[in-house]
Amino acid sequence: MALQNPTPSEYIQHHLTNLTYGYHPENGWSFAHGAQEASEMGFMAIHVDTMAWSVGLGILFCWLFRVGAKAAHAGVPTGVLNFVELMVEFVDKSVKETFHGKSSLIAPLALTICCWIFLMNLMDLVPVDLVPYLFMAAGVEYMKIVPTTDVNATLGMSIGVFLLIIFYSIKIKGVGGFVGELTLQPFGKWMIPFNLLLEGVGLIAKPISLALRLFGNLYAGELIFILIALLPFYLQWFLSVPWAIFHILVIVLQAFIFMMLTIVYLSMAHEHH
Amino acid sequence: MNLNLTLIGQLIAFTIFVIFCMKYVWPPIAGALAERQKKIAEGLDAADKAARDLESAKSQIEEELKQARTQVTELLEQANKRSSQIVEEAQDKARAEAEKIMASAQAQIAQDAAQARESLRADVAKLAVVGAERVLGATVDQAAHKKLLAELAEEL
Repeated sequence: MALQNPTPSEYIQHHLTNLTYGYHPENGWSFAHGAQEASEMGFMAIHVDTMAWSVGLGILFCWLFRVGAKAAHAGVPTGVLNFVELMVEFVDKSVKETFHGKSSLIAPLALTICCWIFLMNLMDLVPVDLVPYLFMAAGVEYMKIVPTTDVNATLGMSIGVFLLIIFYSIKIKGVGGFVGELTLQPFGKWMIPFNLLLEGVGLIAKPISLALRLFGNLYAGELIFILIALLPFYLQWFLSVPWAIFHILVIVLQAFIFMMLTIVYLSMAHEHH
Repeated sequence: MNLNLTLIGQLIAFTIFVIFCMKYVWPPIAGALAERQKKIAEGLDAADKAARDLESAKSQIEEELKQARTQVTELLEQANKRSSQIVEEAQDKARAEAEKIMASAQAQIAQDAAQARESLRADVAKLAVVGAERVLGATVDQAAHKKLLAELAEEL
């Protein structure tokens, strides 16, 4: 379904559809042609573009920081090492300000989150038509290059954080302590069902809010870029340039927020109430 | 916006990247940063210590200069004293020497004068004898007039 003179709604639809590979009830294992088929595949499908871009960017992050780590020495830092150390120090400071326990996981986790999400968000600044049309010319129907505009990607990360929250809660406070925290407050043991409801919602809200905040911000940003791209070409720069400049802030901010909230949640998991 | 396997895939990728970062990225960089921090702290300490050392060295120099100055004045005084002493000694010695030389010169002079007088006297006696011979036209017998001549020489 190559787009020849698409209507605006077709154009938007196209730009917001992932390249999906999965098990279709009628066609078997195949790439989905259109959003309809993709949703018919249900859970047994994978967004190839999201996975490829996010893993690629993750590898870029790992490679860059590995280069820095290999070059790390106590002398005068140069080149990549300068940048890498800047990031490490920034993350380390953020972690130390919030998290007072001792953990060899939380700082690297925060660094990975910050850099990876930043890189994925950064793809939002690539002109919206460029990569999809290049891929279309190569025969690939859909290509959504910003992994964080896919709720699967953000939810995948926030579930990782959620599992860590539960792991550390149980590790630090024990199963009893964790269950007690969920059931015995804020209203004492005579209100256990109500407490469980309140605390359960609070607990579940953490990963959901993490994922949806990032997804919502980037999805909205992407959507606006797409809408601007529908304008006549001589008007586009007038809106897309300010929006892109503003979006630089959003990109960094969302990466930072995800990182900070992860640190905060994990430090809450380490503390006794 | 479908929830599907991508969720699981993303979770796995996330886990792998975090583990990679935890194992191979964070420790060397954090280690290097800590080491550099230590090195800088050591450097600053060393600089402080050097500044303190400089300060103490300066005060020591001051002290030693003061000491040297007093020593110099002492030495100068001593030297002055010694030099005046030497001058006095030399003067005394010179005076004594001069007196000695003078005395010996006077003695010599007296001796010379006496000798001269003696030889003069002998000459005069001889001359007197020659003169007398001339006057008398004869030889004066030395032996005969020895007594006379001696008397004459005495008188001269």
